Amino acid sequence: MSAPLLKVEHLTMRFGGLIAINDVSFEAQKGQITAVIGPNGAGKTTVFNCLTGFYKPSAGRLTLTRPDTGRDYLLERLDDFRITKTAGVARTFQNIRLFAGMSVLENLLVAQHNRLMVASGYSLLGLIGWPSYRAAERDAIDRARFWLDRTGLLARADEPAGSLPYGDQRRLEIARAMCTGPALLCLDEPAAGLNPRESAELNTLLLMIRNDYGAGILLIEHDMSVVMGISDHIVVLDYGRKIAEGTPAEIKANPDVIRAYLGEDDEAEGAVA
Amino acid sequence: MAVAQVSIGGNKLPLTPPLAALKDAVVVALVAMALAGPIVGLQTVDRGGQLTVDLRFTEVAIAIVLVFFGRLGLALGERGLVLPAYGIGAGLVVAGFLLPWPAGLLQVLAIAAGVALVLRSAAGQFGVYRAAKARVPTEEDDAKAERLRRQLTLGLGGLLLVAAVLLPMMPFANSYILDTAIRVLTYMMLAWGLNIVIGLAGLLDLGYVAFYAVGAYTYALLSKDHGFGFWGALPIAGLLAASFGVLLGFPVLRLRGDYLAIVTLGFGEIIRIVLLNWTNFSGGPNGIGSIPRLTFFGHPFVRNAPEGVVPFHQLMGLDFSPLHRSIFFFYLILVLALVVNFFTIRIRRLPVGRAWEALREDEIACRALGINPTNTKLTAFAIGAMFAGFAGSFFATTQSFVSPESFTFLESAMILAIVVLGGMGSQLGVALAAILIIGLTEAFRGLAEYRMLVFGLGMVLIMVWRPRGLLAHRDPTVLLHGKKGVK
Amino acid sequence: MEYLIQQLINGITLGSVYALIAIGYTMVYGIIGMINFAHGEVYMLGAFLSLIGIIVMGLIGVTWVPLALFLVLVLAMAITALYGWSIERIAYRPLRGSFRLAPLISAIGVSIFLQNYVQIAQGARPKPIAPVIRGGFELMTSPDGFTVTLSYLQIFIVVLTIALMVGFTYLITQTSLGRAQRACEQDRTMASLIGVDVDRTISMTFVMGAALAAVAGMMVTLYYGVIDFYIGFLAGVKAFTAAVLGGIGSLPGAVLGGLLIGLIEALWSAYFSVEYKDVAAFTILVFVLIFRPTGLLGRPEIEKV
Repeated sequence: MSAPLLKVEHLTMRFGGLIAINDVSFEAQKGQITAVIGPNGAGKTTVFNCLTGFYKPSAGRLTLTRPDTGRDYLLERLDDFRITKTAGVARTFQNIRLFAGMSVLENLLVAQHNRLMVASGYSLLGLIGWPSYRAAERDAIDRARFWLDRTGLLARADEPAGSLPYGDQRRLEIARAMCTGPALLCLDEPAAGLNPRESAELNTLLLMIRNDYGAGILLIEHDMSVVMGISDHIVVLDYGRKIAEGTPAEIKANPDVIRAYLGEDDEAEGAVA
Repeated sequence: MAVAQVSIGGNKLPLTPPLAALKDAVVVALVAMALAGPIVGLQTVDRGGQLTVDLRFTEVAIAIVLVFFGRLGLALGERGLVLPAYGIGAGLVVAGFLLPWPAGLLQVLAIAAGVALVLRSAAGQFGVYRAAKARVPTEEDDAKAERLRRQLTLGLGGLLLVAAVLLPMMPFANSYILDTAIRVLTYMMLAWGLNIVIGLAGLLDLGYVAFYAVGAYTYALLSKDHGFGFWGALPIAGLLAASFGVLLGFPVLRLRGDYLAIVTLGFGEIIRIVLLNWTNFSGGPNGIGSIPRLTFFGHPFVRNAPEGVVPFHQLMGLDFSPLHRSIFFFYLILVLALVVNFFTIRIRRLPVGRAWEALREDEIACRALGINPTNTKLTAFAIGAMFAGFAGSFFATTQSFVSPESFTFLESAMILAIVVLGGMGSQLGVALAAILIIGLTEAFRGLAEYRMLVFGLGMVLIMVWRPRGLLAHRDPTVLLHGKKGVK
Repeated sequence: MEYLIQQLINGITLGSVYALIAIGYTMVYGIIGMINFAHGEVYMLGAFLSLIGIIVMGLIGVTWVPLALFLVLVLAMAITALYGWSIERIAYRPLRGSFRLAPLISAIGVSIFLQNYVQIAQGARPKPIAPVIRGGFELMTSPDGFTVTLSYLQIFIVVLTIALMVGFTYLITQTSLGRAQRACEQDRTMASLIGVDVDRTISMTFVMGAALAAVAGMMVTLYYGVIDFYIGFLAGVKAFTAAVLGGIGSLPGAVLGGLLIGLIEALWSAYFSVEYKDVAAFTILVFVLIFRPTGLLGRPEIEKV
C-alpha cells in the first residue's frame, strides 16, 4: 500500500482563545478527488490555509508525498511559496485572485515562473536572447495553450483576465493552478456562483484532471451536485472537528452529518422515543 | 447629493441653478478669505529687531475676488450654464490683460483662471457631445483603436528618438539648450529607473534619490581620490548603489504600500543627513568639488592640454568650442537613458518582469504560484537602485561637484511626479512626462519662488484629474493569437 | 542625576507636542487607511497662525496673557481646522475610490504646496518672538551648580495636552460623532448603509486632527520661541513615527508613542549628539516597522485569504 498523497495528522489551529480546528486527521489519495465539506464556519478554509502555508498550524503534521519522486514534505514547516514550488501543492481562492490587468495567457505564464526563471538563467540568458530560453518559453506557451483548450478559454487568451465573465475567471484560476505542475490541487469553493450548467462543466474538468493528468484534488465545496457527483472520498467538518469520513454514499446516510447540516429535529426524536 | 436650498419663512425651497452656483461661489470665497487672510494678509516682518505684521489686505482682497469669479464660473459650468461660464472665463482673461494689477502673480492668476475656465467648459461640452454620439464599440472598433494606438506610440517614440539624436546638430542648439536637454535626459533616466520599482513592481519608493546620491559620491571619491576613470568607476558606483538597495530592501520590502513609502523616505533622509554631517568622508555641506571631468577616451575637452596630451578639438581637427563637451555629455546620457529603456522593455518579457507585474497586482496569488516575493521585490529594488547609481555617476562627472543639497526629498518627489504623470509602467509616457515637467520647471525659472508652489499644486491636480497618468495603457508582453488589427 | 531629570522633563514636554500631532495621523489612518503626508504642514500652519496671532494681540493692545493666549488658541485652532477641512475636500475626497497610492501622492503635492505657500507669504527666514510665558519652579540643584527647572510653560503644555486627551477620549467614546467614526473605521460601506454620513464623519476627523495640530503648533511657538516654514516636515515624520510606534489606529498608542519619541529625542540630544537627533527618529521608525509594525498598543491585522 503506497503512501497517501496527503496525510493530515492531528491538525490544530488556534487564534488566540478561539480554536478554529481541533485535532483533525484525514488522508487524501493520489488520483482521487477528496472533498472537505461542512457548515459555514466549520474551519474548511482554515485547513486549506494551513495546508498551503498561509497560516502556521498550532499543532499537527501535514505530510505530502510526491508521487513522482516519492519524497516527503512537511507542509507545516515550509513557507507558503515553497509549498507550491517544491512540494507541488497548488490552490485556488474563495474570492478569485487573478492578475486582472494581465492577459489570460500571461496569467498562465506567471504560473510557470520558477521553471522559466531557471531556463532564462535567472534573466541573464533571457536578456541576451539565448536560444535555450526561447525554447523554454515556447514550451511554456504550449502548456498554457493545452490548459486554455481544456478550459475553453483559448479564444480569449489575449484579453485582460479581469474582463472575463465570472465562470470563465473561475476556470482560468484552475488552469493557472494546473500550470504550476502540481501533485495536489486544492480548490476553495470552485463552484461558488456557478449555474447548474457551469457546475456540470466544472465536474467534467475536474474529472479530466483526475483521470488524464493524475493529480490529486482536494476540494472545499457547498454545492452537493459537485461533491456527490465526483468525489471519491469525503471529509466532514463541523465546529473545527472531523465528524465523518467516507464515500459519498456513506456520508449521505451518516446521521451526524445530517444533524450538522439540518440541525436536531426534536419532534422526530420525541416521536421515535 | 443634496440640492442647494435656502430657507425662506421656514420653508426650504430648492435654489435655481444660478443662485446655487452663486451660493457655492460665496462659500468658497469666504473659506478662501479665512484661509488666506491671516497667512497672506498679515505678513510678519522684522522691524528694528522685533517681529511685527504688515497688512497686505488689498492683494488678498483681489485674490478673493478672483477666487469668487473663478468658482462661480466653475459652478455655473457644472450646472450646465455653459455660456455664462465662457463669459466669466473670457472676462477674466480680458481683465487680466487690461486692468492694473498690484502684483504680477495676481495678473498671471487671473489669466490662468480665465483660460482654465474656458478650457474646462469646452471639455465639458465636448464630453457631453461624445456621450450623446456614443455607441457600443464593436470588435472592429477595438481593433482599429489598438492599431491606432500602436502606431501612435511607435511613431511618437521614434520621433522623440530622432529629435534627440539630431538635437545637438541644430543651429539653435546653444549651451543653455544642451544643458537643459541633459537635465531632461538625466531625469528621464532616473524616472525610467524608478519606473521599474514603482511602475512594474508596484513598490512605492520615496527615497530613490538616496541611490542617486550613493552613485554620485562613489564616483566622486573613486575618481578624485583613487584616479578611477569614468568607465571604471561607473560599474562600481552602480554595484554599490544596488547593494544599498538590497540592504535597505531586505528588511522593509514586506511592508505594505504606505509604510514602505515612509520607510524609504526616512532612508533617503538618513543618507542626506549623514552626507551633510560626516564631513571627513563626504565633505559635509560643502560637498566634494573638482571632480575630474570626463574625457573623450583620454582626450580632454579643453582648449589647451598639458604636455603630451592631445585635446579633443585638436584630435578632430576642429576649433575649440565649449559646446563639444556638452554635446558629448548629451550623447552619453542619451545612451545611458536608452540602455535603461531597452532593459525595461526586454525584462518585461522575461519571467522576472512578469513576476514584478504579478506581484503588483496580487502578492498572495503570487505566493500561491510558488513565486518568492522577497527575492523578486529585492531584484526590482536593486536594479532600480543600480540605474540610479549610474545616473549619479554621470551627474558627478558633468557637474564636477556634488553636495547634499542636490539630493533632497524634493528630488525624489520630482522623479516620482514624472513617473506618476507618465502613467506608471509606460515607457513613452514617462519620457513625455519628463520633457513636460523638467521643461516647465525651466520655462518657469523666471518665476523663481512660485515654481515649487505650482509644482505641488500640479501634483495634486494630476492625481485628481488623471490618477492613472497620461498613457495608462498596458500592452500584454506576449500574444497567443498575434497582433489585433493585423490581418 | 539632576541633568537626567531635566532631560526627562524636557522630553515629556516635547513628547506632548508630538502626541498631539500623532493623534491626527492615527485618526486619519484609522478611518480611511491613508497616511496624511500633509499633516506636518498643517501643524506648521498652526504654528504660524499662532505666531501671527500673538503679534496681533500685542499690536491691538491685549496684554493680559491668559486672555491673549486663549484668543490666539481658539483662532489658530479654528483656521487650522478650516485648512484641514479644505485639504481633505480638495485633495483627498476625489481620490477616495482610486488606487491605493493616489491619495498619498496627492498628499505629497499638498505638502510641497503648503511649504512653499508659507515660505512665499511669510518669508523664508526663521521667525523669532519674545517669550510670552516666563518663569518657573526651581526643583533641585546638583552639587556642581546645575539647577533643574520646571517652567510654567512646560506645565501649561503638559496640562493642556492632558485636558485635550481627556476631552478627546470623551468625544470618541461617548458622543455620536465618535461612534460614527468608529463605525466608519470598521466598515465604511456598512456604516453608510445604516445612515451614517460618511463624508461628514471623515471631514470631522480631519478637522479634529488639524485642530490638535494647531495646539501643538502654538505650543512649539511659545516653547522654542522661533519657527520657520520647514518645521512641518521634520515634526511630521517624528509624529508619524510616534503614531506607528504606539500602534497606528490607536489613540492611546499615539500618546504613548509621542511621549516615547519626545523622551528619546531629548535624551539622545543631551547624551549623544544633536546633529544626528533627526536620524534617531528616522531609525526608530525603520526599526519599529521592521520588527513590530503593529506598534506597542496596536492589534495585529490578519489578512483573510
